[in-house]
Amino acid sequence: MDFFDAFLNPEIIATYLRPMVRAVWVTIWISVLVVISGLALGALLAGLRAYQKRWLSWPIVLFADLMRALPPLVLMLILFFGLPSIGIILNDWFVLYLILTLVLAAFVEEIFWATMTSLPRGQWEAGAATGLSFLQVLVHVIFPQALRMNIPPLVNRSLTISKMTAYGSVIGVKEIVSVAGSAQAFSGSATPLTMAALAYLIIFFPAMLLSRYIEDRFHYEH
Amino acid sequence: MENFIDAFFNIDIMRQATPLLLKGAWVTLQLCAVVIFLGLFGGLGLALLASSKSALLRLPSFLFIDIFRAIPPLILLILIYAGLPFVGVRVPPFVAVCIAFLLNNSAYFAEIFRSGIKAIPKGQMEAARATGLSPAQAQAWVILPQAVRNVLPDLLSNVVEIVKLTSIASVVSLSELLYSANMARAVTYNSSPLVMAAGLYLLLLWPLVRVISRFQRGLSISH
Amino acid sequence: MTAAQPLPTLEITALEKRFGETQVLRSIDLKVQNGELVFVIGPSGSGKSTMLRCCNRLEEPTSGAIHVNGKPMLGIPRKELDRMRLQVGMVFQGFFLYPHLSALKNVTLAQRKALGRSKAEAEARALEMLDKVGLKHKADAMPSELSGGQQQRVAIARALALDPKVMLFDEPTSALDPELVGSVLKVMRDLRELGMTMIVVSHEMHFAREAADRVVFMDGGVIVEEGPPEEIFGNPKSDRLKAFLSRVSGEAA
Ligand SMILES: Nc1ncnc2c1ncn2[C@@H]1O[C@H](COP(=O)(O)OP(=O)(O)OP(=O)(O)O)[C@@H](O)[C@H]1O
Ligand SMILES: [Mg+2]
Repeated sequence: MDFFDAFLNPEIIATYLRPMVRAVWVTIWISVLVVISGLALGALLAGLRAYQKRWLSWPIVLFADLMRALPPLVLMLILFFGLPSIGIILNDWFVLYLILTLVLAAFVEEIFWATMTSLPRGQWEAGAATGLSFLQVLVHVIFPQALRMNIPPLVNRSLTISKMTAYGSVIGVKEIVSVAGSAQAFSGSATPLTMAALAYLIIFFPAMLLSRYIEDRFHYEH
Repeated sequence: MENFIDAFFNIDIMRQATPLLLKGAWVTLQLCAVVIFLGLFGGLGLALLASSKSALLRLPSFLFIDIFRAIPPLILLILIYAGLPFVGVRVPPFVAVCIAFLLNNSAYFAEIFRSGIKAIPKGQMEAARATGLSPAQAQAWVILPQAVRNVLPDLLSNVVEIVKLTSIASVVSLSELLYSANMARAVTYNSSPLVMAAGLYLLLLWPLVRVISRFQRGLSISH
Repeated sequence: MTAAQPLPTLEITALEKRFGETQVLRSIDLKVQNGELVFVIGPSGSGKSTMLRCCNRLEEPTSGAIHVNGKPMLGIPRKELDRMRLQVGMVFQGFFLYPHLSALKNVTLAQRKALGRSKAEAEARALEMLDKVGLKHKADAMPSELSGGQQQRVAIARALALDPKVMLFDEPTSALDPELVGSVLKVMRDLRELGMTMIVVSHEMHFAREAADRVVFMDGGVIVEEGPPEEIFGNPKSDRLKAFLSRVSGEAA
């Protein structure tokens, strides 16, 4: 019974249930915001890159490369500890939100771009030949197809990055891991850590099943 | 501007931090080698189980894969490192990281291998069996080589993810690259070591990220 | 130009096109009058597609001029070009319906976004056009649920719904199974009856004989010979045309 006492102590669960639930909401909120803004920013960048102006593409490619090559945790620490020394102070949660959004945007941009360049040329030309402007072709013809063809990778990437909200604990965001960590230190029990793992399971296990379902369903045929 | 350079690109501080960071980078490389190796083989095994005909093997593998894809590796790591001592098991940080990564990475690699195996037409297995190969031989010599080749880009991008993920080992005080850089930051009250660490990660991962993008290149856009 | 001669619907003047070093079109001159069906033949690589694609500037001409109803297609601002393209309908060999939109939506998209028609107006017009190509009952079908011939007819409806002054067909039946070719040719014949101005690049010689007002033979990036179908097919003058015709009839036999 040692095990249950350490990892699933009912009293400790009862004590920390409320703060944990609050932390779950924080995690969910930040995740939702990150996914919405990351998808939007990524699509926007891919759209700008489609104009094929060197002075636009070049910074976008650089941005996407950096955000995909650097560990998000490193980026967060640089922002969180570095910016105050040049007089910019950002909220801990905002740093988390910002970095995860940028990272997601980088991946989304790459996913969209890969599809946009592999769609048959005729899709662009059919749009242009019917008098649609470049932007209209992009918005009404190309993006909807890119979105549909990429639902599985977009969902998977969004979930992976949502789970990175756990990194917020390193800079003090009151999300699941950090609340569980201080509860563990305070109570001298591992139970809050188990609660944290379970909380993630409750949020993301259904999401994993959903992504499996989506992957089976959206085998998009061209 | 000067202020900015001083805060992020301070050459003196970077020079001071270099030995520490290089040591950290070496630990990161060792860690990567071990966890990628573990993850690849764990993932391959899981994928084979998950692709098997018997539901008794398949369902638990799927459960394993989905559970460990749902739990962030960071909480897994903390649970192992800070939780196990409560039941009298004390694991050193390096081992804790390896266990956490094995669980997490195997699940991700398994998903990749599995989708590769699933995409191989049934006829391949039948053709191999028809030439007298056993199911295991057919799997090893016919199915897997094709599957692996098809998912090579996904494997590569997962490797990049794992290398980046090793930075979470800093949380359990394993003196890898990020931990060393953050130590240097705390000691010098300056973020330049973190920027330097970012540079080292870039050195390692940028080429890989470029290669991954190349894999996905299509035709050109017409205006 | 004398007063008696009406303004051509489409006028190509001294058109040149180079891809880098290779000259693909040289000094092409072609006038297409209102209601005329001009049929373009020629060996592979002779520049037929390139000429059509220059007419709505999917390909950028190297030099020359193109006018639609007297208005220039070249040297105009981007916005103006989008509007001019509405006057030139184009049908591709590969259909290129938008796979994420139903047949009806394929036909309404440009009407709404480029012409600014209301939803109701665009849909009414789309149904009318789908009816014209015999596919009103397929309005809600997705492209993947349609046969090649049906997809091509929807593509024709998509172009027609924008009330173009001229329609360009680039091998509209080449990607179709033989038994589906007839349905597309029938639509084109109907269009001709209704007085639509058309340029058709195709290998359907019997269609040319029966429906074309004029046949243009291209080879090596120039117009070698043109004239009424009886003349071109019955009494070819240039050796190149003779060789081409004997080759295609040989293939057909
Ligand atoms: N984008 C391009 N870049 C370079 N060369 C091109 C391009 N498009 C066409 N060409 C060349 O221009 C020439 C004319 O091509 P075009 O497609 O107009 O011929 P076509 O008469 O339509 O032939 P087909 O009957 O095979 O369709 C060919 O030699 C082709 O290789
Ligand atoms: Mg052609």
